[in-house]
Amino acid sequence: MTEQRPTHPPEPATETSADPDTEPADEEQETTPKPVQNGAQAVIRALENAGVETAFGVQGGAIMPVYDALYDSSVHHITMAHEQGASHAADAYGIVTGDPGVCLATSGPGATNLVTGLADANMDSDPVLALTGQVPTEFVGNDAFQETDTVGVTAPVTKGNYFATSSDTVGADVGEAFALARDGRQGPTLVDLPKDVTKGPTDVEPGEPERPETYNPPTDADPEAVDEAARALAAAEKPVILAGGGVIKGNASDELRQFATEHGIPVVTTMPSVGVFPEDHELAMEMAGMHGTGYANMAVTHCDVMFAVGTRFDDRLTGGVETFAPDAELIHADIDASEISKNIHADYPVVGDAAAVFRQFADAMPRSPDAQEWREQCATWKDEYPMTYDAPKDEPLKPQFVVEAVDEATPDDAIVATGVGQHQMWAVQYWTYKEPRTWVSSHGLGAMGYGLPAAIGAKVGAPDQEVVCFDGDGSFLMTCQELAVAVRESLDITVFVLNNEAIGMVRQWQDAFFEGRRMASEYPWVPDFAALADAFGARGFTLREYDDVADTVREALDYEGPSVVDCHIDPRENVFPMVPSGGDNGRFAMNSDQLEEIKG
Amino acid sequence: MTGDMTGPAPSERPKPAGRRNHQGIRVDPDALAEHQPRRAVISALVAHEPGVLADVSGLFARRQFNIESLTVGPTTDGETARMTIVVEEPEPGIEQVKRQLRKEIPVHSVRELEGSTERELALIKVDGDDPAGVSAVAEMYGGQAVEAGAEVVTVELTGTEAQVDAAIEAFERYGVREVARTGTAALAGGPQETAGDDQ
Repeated sequence: MTEQRPTHPPEPATETSADPDTEPADEEQETTPKPVQNGAQAVIRALENAGVETAFGVQGGAIMPVYDALYDSSVHHITMAHEQGASHAADAYGIVTGDPGVCLATSGPGATNLVTGLADANMDSDPVLALTGQVPTEFVGNDAFQETDTVGVTAPVTKGNYFATSSDTVGADVGEAFALARDGRQGPTLVDLPKDVTKGPTDVEPGEPERPETYNPPTDADPEAVDEAARALAAAEKPVILAGGGVIKGNASDELRQFATEHGIPVVTTMPSVGVFPEDHELAMEMAGMHGTGYANMAVTHCDVMFAVGTRFDDRLTGGVETFAPDAELIHADIDASEISKNIHADYPVVGDAAAVFRQFADAMPRSPDAQEWREQCATWKDEYPMTYDAPKDEPLKPQFVVEAVDEATPDDAIVATGVGQHQMWAVQYWTYKEPRTWVSSHGLGAMGYGLPAAIGAKVGAPDQEVVCFDGDGSFLMTCQELAVAVRESLDITVFVLNNEAIGMVRQWQDAFFEGRRMASEYPWVPDFAALADAFGARGFTLREYDDVADTVREALDYEGPSVVDCHIDPRENVFPMVPSGGDNGRFAMNSDQLEEIKG
Repeated sequence: MTGDMTGPAPSERPKPAGRRNHQGIRVDPDALAEHQPRRAVISALVAHEPGVLADVSGLFARRQFNIESLTVGPTTDGETARMTIVVEEPEPGIEQVKRQLRKEIPVHSVRELEGSTERELALIKVDGDDPAGVSAVAEMYGGQAVEAGAEVVTVELTGTEAQVDAAIEAFERYGVREVARTGTAALAGGPQETAGDDQ
């Protein structure tokens, strides 16, 4: 054996030998890999053929043969504290690298614990491959120990899933599932691996990942459809580009930037696409929707032609569909034809890959839209509805101030992971995103607890980039056990818990829509997160005062290894702007008084 | 609460005049048009393997598509099966059904059949008091008695959904005890192939 086995636990904070970067050098020394001898080895060989370097998982009975095959593999395995953490880490790895993140779990509870992460990946089209152990084939259907119908349970939350039936074909199944997760509209896939299939003998060497023959995602769009749509866009007086997460997934950020700037078209983003267009650019209207900027929502509401690419028009973006972009002709480009006219009727449907679509539109545009007045209007809206907040020094710390301070202290390519709730909205609103794949969050599913395991997955996927996590006290409490993993793996991540001692978003809604009846939203007692971090072997900090923000942020970022900053923020602070659920994007509230007006 | 957030109040902001209906289609605000449901016969060529029926029926349940009937049976090559699905949906929903079906990995092709040959089989168990009358009605609808006893007569017949409906109604006067219907199977009309996507 030539490669370094990652033995656990290494020395905290100094250990680097488990760095996946050191592994390929060892691999190269092996001229030919050993032939596969059983199904499990075929599974792992399929991963190696796919270029997989890291997998996140938790051991267990039915998956043991696969882990045994990992013993001899170049794939670096990171043992997570909980399978939900494994699926979120794999998801974040997929977001920052663009390649499927791999997670493993055993049958039964192992598999069901993955489900939240798979559902999240499915909603956000994140590439994830899950491998689950299963009871031996002859026990399937008998309610055997740790048996769950994993394929049945995960069917609604995966792009495709497989039940492996033979040791000879299981390698090909894994390759196919990997390719399916990676290609076209990305998403999670799963292969369920009965123990007899992984233990059974085979000498069939899996090849490169090949997608199923029934799956042929489009690349170029129909040129006629593009021509027609491009003419409409060129004739617009109030054009808007709505760039969705598909623009990032399709690696089309450069094409978008070039197209938008060449034709002077303001760019609105959705939440998954934050970072696709630099938010400090004059054409950037930033994020639209429920907690989007006022100017983005004004641009969306008043545009006359909307060029939407790679978005599925989620209800948090559209508000009520009756009032969404009510005057606009819609050009909707997506790689998935089933998204076209699903929620908002497309006047110009365009099915194609985002990068190809932007290139085709660039060629097809007869001229730039005559939109000088509109651009001025958009700029005016930016002045009229600025993202500002009060930060009186004699009052408790404002969360927005913390977000801005961390942004200030980190490079432009720093990656931000978050949980779900108010802190997530402040993190998206008050950080200036400039690069794609730097915003890692749970958008469609809204899975609290996503933040810390996602930060772990992001750091493993992008070891050279700074990774910070903004979490809420509620979200952090759901998955904080993953700190053990961050310490064991010596991952240099910094968690800022924006602690308002409540599930703040629920409390905000209770105050606005439930007459202030704060049922089960306030936490009368939360742990000392700094002490908790220290107990895990991470470094804990506590932040309460404005005067300490810059120094504490610096110290936490500089600490080599995982650190947690317990930021005691003003519990009265709420998230604005806000469009009430199902409301009119043009009628957003900038503060609670305006919210009362809208409701009334 | 933050106090210095500026900008006109929501009621004072400029309001566009247009509107969409709940299906996301832009409409004239004075004439809110809604698409009425229509019946569509959709044929899908799928892999002949375990779990495909669950995939398809699960998809319909998840996305709240109304299935009127679903039949499935093997084709001649041993590897594929043909599903005939009759749905009743407003127009955008029918398009969604087809697009979502196409995304299922075991699904090879999906098309909506128009001018197709449609048949379903029905077994109708009728009181045996008037066997001659039952036989006469069965004959009228192209069916036949397949089991006749002192108490009941069971009739087999095939036809379009409407024909089967009519036959069952005609048998009502003799006392229909039980009915089993297969749902519609369909093939594209004339020489055109049922397999293959329609877009």
